[in-house]
Amino acid sequence: MNVSYQWLREYIELNGYNGERLAELMTSGGIEIDIVENRNKGVTGVVVGHVVEREKHPDADKLSVCKVDVGQEELLQIVCGAKNVAAGQLVPVATIGAKLPGDFAIKRAKLRGVESQGMICSAKELGLNDKLLPKEQQEGILVLPEGTPVGKSILDVLAIEDEVLELDLTPNRSDCLSMLGVAYEVAALTGRPVNLPQANLNGSSEPASGHIKVAIDAKEQCTHYSARYIKDVHIGPSPQWMQNRLMAAGIRPINNVVDVTNYVMLEYGQPLHAFDADKVAGGQILVRVAQEGEEIETLDGQVRKLEPHMLVITDGTAPIALAGVMGGANSEVTDSTVNILLESARFDGSSVRKTSRQLGLRSESSARFEKGVDPARVIPALDRAAALIAEVASGLVLEGVVEAVSAQPEPAVVKVSLSKINGYLGTELSKLEVETIFTRLQFAFELSTDGVFAVTVPTRRGDITHDVDLIEEVARLYGYDNIPTTPIEGATSPGALTKPQAIRRELRKRLTHAGLHEVISYSFTHPERTKLFPALSGDVHPVRLALPMSEDRSVLRTSLLPQLMETATYNRNRKNDDVAIFEIGSVFHTDEETLTRLPQEKHRLAVLLTGNRIGSQWNRKAEAVDFYDAKGIVESIAELLGVTKELSFERADIEHLHPGRTAAVVLETERGHETIGYVGMLHPSVQLSNDLVDTYVVELELAPLYDEADFAIEYRTLPRYPAMQRDIALVLDREVAAGKLIAAATAQGGELLESVRVFDVFTGEKLGADKKSVAIALVYRHAERTLTDEEVTELHGKVVSNLEQSFGAELRK
Amino acid sequence: MKERLEALRSEALQELQGVTDPQQLNELRVKYLGKKGALTEILRGMGALSAEERPVIGQVGNDVRAAIEEVIETKQAAFVEAETQNRLRAETIDVTLPGKKPTAGAVHPLNKVVQEIEDVFVGLGYTVAEGPEVETDYYNFEALNLPKDHPARDMQDSFYVTDDILMRTQTSPVQVRTMKAANGKPIKIICPGKVYRRDDDDATHSFQFNQIEGLVVGPNIRMSDLKGTLLQFVQLMFGKQAQIRLRPSFFPFTEPSAEVDVTCSQCGGDGCRMCKHTGWLEILGCGMVHPRVLEMGGYDPNEVTGFAFGMGVERIALLKYGIDDIRHFYTNDLRFLSQFVRM
Repeated sequence: MNVSYQWLREYIELNGYNGERLAELMTSGGIEIDIVENRNKGVTGVVVGHVVEREKHPDADKLSVCKVDVGQEELLQIVCGAKNVAAGQLVPVATIGAKLPGDFAIKRAKLRGVESQGMICSAKELGLNDKLLPKEQQEGILVLPEGTPVGKSILDVLAIEDEVLELDLTPNRSDCLSMLGVAYEVAALTGRPVNLPQANLNGSSEPASGHIKVAIDAKEQCTHYSARYIKDVHIGPSPQWMQNRLMAAGIRPINNVVDVTNYVMLEYGQPLHAFDADKVAGGQILVRVAQEGEEIETLDGQVRKLEPHMLVITDGTAPIALAGVMGGANSEVTDSTVNILLESARFDGSSVRKTSRQLGLRSESSARFEKGVDPARVIPALDRAAALIAEVASGLVLEGVVEAVSAQPEPAVVKVSLSKINGYLGTELSKLEVETIFTRLQFAFELSTDGVFAVTVPTRRGDITHDVDLIEEVARLYGYDNIPTTPIEGATSPGALTKPQAIRRELRKRLTHAGLHEVISYSFTHPERTKLFPALSGDVHPVRLALPMSEDRSVLRTSLLPQLMETATYNRNRKNDDVAIFEIGSVFHTDEETLTRLPQEKHRLAVLLTGNRIGSQWNRKAEAVDFYDAKGIVESIAELLGVTKELSFERADIEHLHPGRTAAVVLETERGHETIGYVGMLHPSVQLSNDLVDTYVVELELAPLYDEADFAIEYRTLPRYPAMQRDIALVLDREVAAGKLIAAATAQGGELLESVRVFDVFTGEKLGADKKSVAIALVYRHAERTLTDEEVTELHGKVVSNLEQSFGAELRK
Repeated sequence: MKERLEALRSEALQELQGVTDPQQLNELRVKYLGKKGALTEILRGMGALSAEERPVIGQVGNDVRAAIEEVIETKQAAFVEAETQNRLRAETIDVTLPGKKPTAGAVHPLNKVVQEIEDVFVGLGYTVAEGPEVETDYYNFEALNLPKDHPARDMQDSFYVTDDILMRTQTSPVQVRTMKAANGKPIKIICPGKVYRRDDDDATHSFQFNQIEGLVVGPNIRMSDLKGTLLQFVQLMFGKQAQIRLRPSFFPFTEPSAEVDVTCSQCGGDGCRMCKHTGWLEILGCGMVHPRVLEMGGYDPNEVTGFAFGMGVERIALLKYGIDDIRHFYTNDLRFLSQFVRM
């Protein structure tokens, strides 16, 4: 809603408040004002001139030489380039010394040898928004209406010495979609009275009911339809003052009748519509819902297919308007219109909203109906508009309102006690203070002896239905800044993070300390990306948005890895070659093709490593990351969460990961062994298509880790007896997993074998093509005494021979 | 014999004078003081002396030994010192070359902000509540006093999956879920999380963003408590000098509702470009929980009241770090992320 300061003054005294101060006052009261715009963009010295004579420029086809009377003793000679300039016109003239927007000063000049003593201006040159001008004024110089006084300042003629307040209204304050509503708000803030507009209906005694009949079929969607009949109008431009105000409000003037309907809509917030009465067959108005297959051509020239829920105004047979949204072309007011059927009605907001949404057709009218219109203004607005049409289009208003009413809402009575107000706000307001506020709001009230206010809320404030709504009115007019600041009373309990929350924090710490950056990626992705890792995505349908912004962001991610890969590619394309990143976030799984219940949201951790482990430096060679870096991260997490013993790695072959360099991460739980994720290298073909070099990834399901994580430290006393270490090197087939060797040795060694550690692995021609050498350090210790050499030798011998037999290993000497 | 000893002393001292390396010094030690050395050789003749002479000569012998030993030790110490000096010289490095720094990554700036806010509120006795990002229309809108066709739904253009399921547009559904689970008991929670709204991405808008909301429900919770809580929060978050200003506003789930401005952190309230010369930055929305929302959460609005507040994490991060473009948070350029390694 754009509010002209000068126009608003008609309804309320604004002394002491300029635009800026008024904006501050209203903003502090809850009506936010984004911008206060000065309508004068820098015009001085422009006056109304009368073009007395116009001749063609002797040396230029496109120029005219005009003699212009600006009310001075002598006529001015002005060279003008506009096509539409003609003798007899009244036009804005920028005289010598005048200024136009953009600090453009008018000087004496010669144009193709002819002296020019000023400039005839177009509306655009005066800083007016040409989109808001009547069509005929959008091109060429601005031609002013007959009777505009010569010599008068154009600032007064166009009323641009004005400021416009742009209201950013919250949905509850649709009452301020009208000048009167704004006036009531300013009245509440200042305590000044509101001056209501007058409607002088000194019309004919001929009854309107002789020309029109009104009936409502759709009583749910239309509770009140009223009409007046105005005879013998003369369609033409509306007076300049009315055009000025419409333009200030951002509405383009059309003709006097249509302009009045818009003017009164702005004034009262009540949308109105004018029909050409002679195009309404039999003067019959029937409000009903559309019938199957019906169509209407709206005023914007579009033919619209109607659906059976849409409310239409008909002449008894065919639709002539989309109720509350837009009029129909078949009943439009045109230059030849003589008689007017003027509509003021109350249409249901959600019905208008639905129609307007479905047709993609929004109007000033639909915007107001959607948000709610004051039912008490249907008739006053109708009367006011009829009177104005009579005034500006010299019509005759016939006697009486023709209407149909199915429901007339009464003002609500809402109760609130003084103690509730003070208890709710933490204030100590007196009865008198609260009374003053309700009085300023012009809310009638009764105060009972036990301090309960029974407030009659005017229908213009339909947003007030509960005691808390009244409390808000009191609070905002008392001033939010005047409400004290207090601590919450009563016992406070300590706060804490839950176990999963604490774990995610610790994971972030551990991983960032290990050199990884945390990323956050979009939850929306391309459907193809969800198919990349079926093992991680589950055999599921991705959740698809009903109306995605693009196919690239049309489904919910089913794995975190595709996005991490995108991030890696993005960074490598910007020469950030070494990428070590992780993300903790949700993936979305469902087994339903069309959701009937919420999808599963699973917290996951994903890691991606590519490039070098540590950037090369003067004293340190660059080393590419490898599988064991990625695996080490998982091991480090296992250690952090106390699940090292429960976690194991098994070779795995899953789609789009390198078959020889991928492990399933298996967690032992009460339910058995669960694969909770994978660590592996991206398949070379995937790397290629994503513009990546060797890249290692991890994705883990966090929920099982939340369950199994154990933060209790298990302290064991330090050993008191020495250990004995034996190192062996075994030559065996390359396929034999080191993990199996360790497991076998551990089983065989029993309690006395304290640890088994691989310290070297190599392959080479000397060993044979399919062989490898694995060097293992075995540490033996007894908790209560020193082991003898013989004991160790015997046990160690058993361990070694078991390995030799079980794995076909050969002990290297 | 005494003369021989004195002669030995001067000969030894003279010879030691010219020693240049530790090996030579050791040879001389053996030559003069060793088991078969010159001194022992002379003293072997002691047996032929009289009982009176023996202690005298013995004393002289000891003096000579001590004198030679002293010189040898001094020389020895000098050699060790010289050797140490040589080593230190040889081992000198350029300490201005870069060190081997353990490389650390950074927590994402949005999560840094979330963690900081969580810490403030956990310190004030709040717990952290979470909920699904894909929500039902009921929890996201209806239970928050936004029935279907409510005009205020326009404020949040949503990504629907089906007619009844959508990406949550706010973290408020977590509040409803928490209220329902609380069975009428008082609650004090904050809810951080991702939310989604249909918006064209630009420097200040993102269709995916993060919110943190707070909710306190209990007997006698007042609007003045809300103000007290927010003041406490902004002072812990932005410093002791921070003040708040409340402006009336509208949210369907609170009444009264307010927008909250905090003293501009850049200029301290004097007015600058960041605060558009107002001295204030808008960071929060808040209000008293609407009685209908309390009812739908399973409370009797005549028994308990509550307040709620919410803020955009991106906005706070943009303001806190002076970041120029919200899209940086989601493109994850390492040159951006690595700027947040500080604690």
